[in-house]
Parts: sequence; C-alpha cells; structure tokens
Amino acid sequence: MSDLGFVVAAYGVIVGGLGLYTVTLWRRLRAARRDDEGR
Amino acid sequence: MKTRILGIAALLAVAGATIVGLFVVPPDLNQGDAQRIMYPHVASAWLAYLSFGTTALFGILWLWKRDLRYDAIALSGAEIGVMFTAFAIWGGMMWGRPVWGVYWQWEDPRLTTTALLLALYVGYLLLRRLTDDPERRATRAAIVGIVAAVDIPIVHFSVQWWRGLHQTATIASPDRALDPAAPMIFVGTLLGMVGAFTLTWAYLMIRRYQLARAELAREEEARLGRLRAVQAAAAVSAPQEATR
Repeated sequence: MSDLGFVVAAYGVIVGGLGLYTVTLWRRLRAARRDDEGR
Repeated sequence: MKTRILGIAALLAVAGATIVGLFVVPPDLNQGDAQRIMYPHVASAWLAYLSFGTTALFGILWLWKRDLRYDAIALSGAEIGVMFTAFAIWGGMMWGRPVWGVYWQWEDPRLTTTALLLALYVGYLLLRRLTDDPERRATRAAIVGIVAAVDIPIVHFSVQWWRGLHQTATIASPDRALDPAAPMIFVGTLLGMVGAFTLTWAYLMIRRYQLARAELAREEEARLGRLRAVQAAAAVSAPQEATR
C-alpha cells in the first residue's frame, strides 16, 4: 500500500468513526427520549 | 439549541481541519504524505487523555459527593475515551507502517502502555454491566476509573522514560513549547485539528451525558415498577394468609 493509502485508511477510520459514533449516539438518545415520552 | 450550535461548529471545524490536513499542508521532507496522519493521531491521543482524566476526576467527585450526575459524566468520559484511544492506536499503526516499517511493536513502551490504557477502560465499561444497582456500579466504576488513570502519565512520559520506536514529544515538551521543532504550518495544522477534535469531544460529552441521565431515569422507573409489583403481590397474598 502506498503512503496515500495509509493516509486515506487513517482519516477514513478516524473521521468516519467519529461521524458514525455521533450518529449512533443521536439514535440512542432519541430512542431513550421516545421511551421517556411513552411512559 | 446551544448544544446543536456546538455540534455544527464541531462538524465544520473537523471538516476544515481534515481538508487542511489532507490537501493544504505540504508533504514532509522525510516522511512524505504519511506525516498527514499525525494530525488526527495526536488529536485523538490528547482527547483520550482528557476523557480518561475526566472519568477519574468525576469518579473522585462521585465518591466524595454521592451524586449520580458525576457518575454519568465519568461514564461519558470512559466511553468516548475508549473511542479516541482506538483512533489514536489505529492512526499510529497507519503512520507506523510506512515510517517504521511495522504496524505494531510490543517492545515499544508507548504502544504497549496505550494498549493497556484501552484494555483498562474497556474493562471499566464491562464492569459497569455487572450490577443494576446504580450506586454500587458507580462506586466500583469510580475506583477502577481512578486506578486506571495512573496509566495516563505513564503513557505520556513513556517516550522519555524508556527507549522505543515512538518519537518523543514534538511540540508539547516544555523546552520546545515556544520554539517547536516542526515547521509552523505543521504545528498550526496540528493545533487546528486538536481544536476541532476538542470541540467535537465537548459536543459528544454533552450528548453522552444526556443519554446516561435518560438511561438512569429509565432504570429507576423500571426498579420502581418492580417494587410496586412486589408490594401489590404482597398486599394480595397477606389477607389470604390471615384468613387461613
């Protein structure tokens, strides 16, 4: 793999992972709030 | 609303810092393009320290004040810290392969102590699942969070205390604070990425704290429901016992 391949792999996982965690957190929070409203 | 604005600011900052890191900064004379990995790698490592430091601090506050809000902050720090530690390790591996020739070396003190840090806080998160009692869980977790935090300075100073593959601090060492060894464009980009990731960290901490509070409220509701069911069952069976 070229240096650029490693750069893309690093940024892809880190920035992509950050985005994925943020979206997952939103969904978990929204589900928890929906449960609260349902009670 | 303020949290949403913080989230938008964090998103823009990360997007901007990523563009600068990938396309604006020139390749390093020795390391070429691989040097670009330094920005998210160092920023992730800094936030791992900050997250686990927060977990330890709020663990102490829980033990002192017995307020479960502190435990919710400690939990948020641990979960987000595990994520940033994994990012730091991944970035380090992707940087290490082209520069050192290996992804990983167990003999390197920085690498090994960072892997230990990750394992300790994954253990912290697993430990929290062993009991449903919020107070017992918070106390156990606080003790583990505080003890595990001893590894933070060991990770940070490992490059000075022992020899290994990992380089020593480039801009954070006291003798280089005002005159960093790296060119200013690299230092500025690094600080920009650290700032962008720190904004994101603040946003994620707020959202994770809100989730922890909502989960705690749900747990409490479920506990009260079980208690009411037991009381109702006892009330039904008590007259039957008395008539026998």
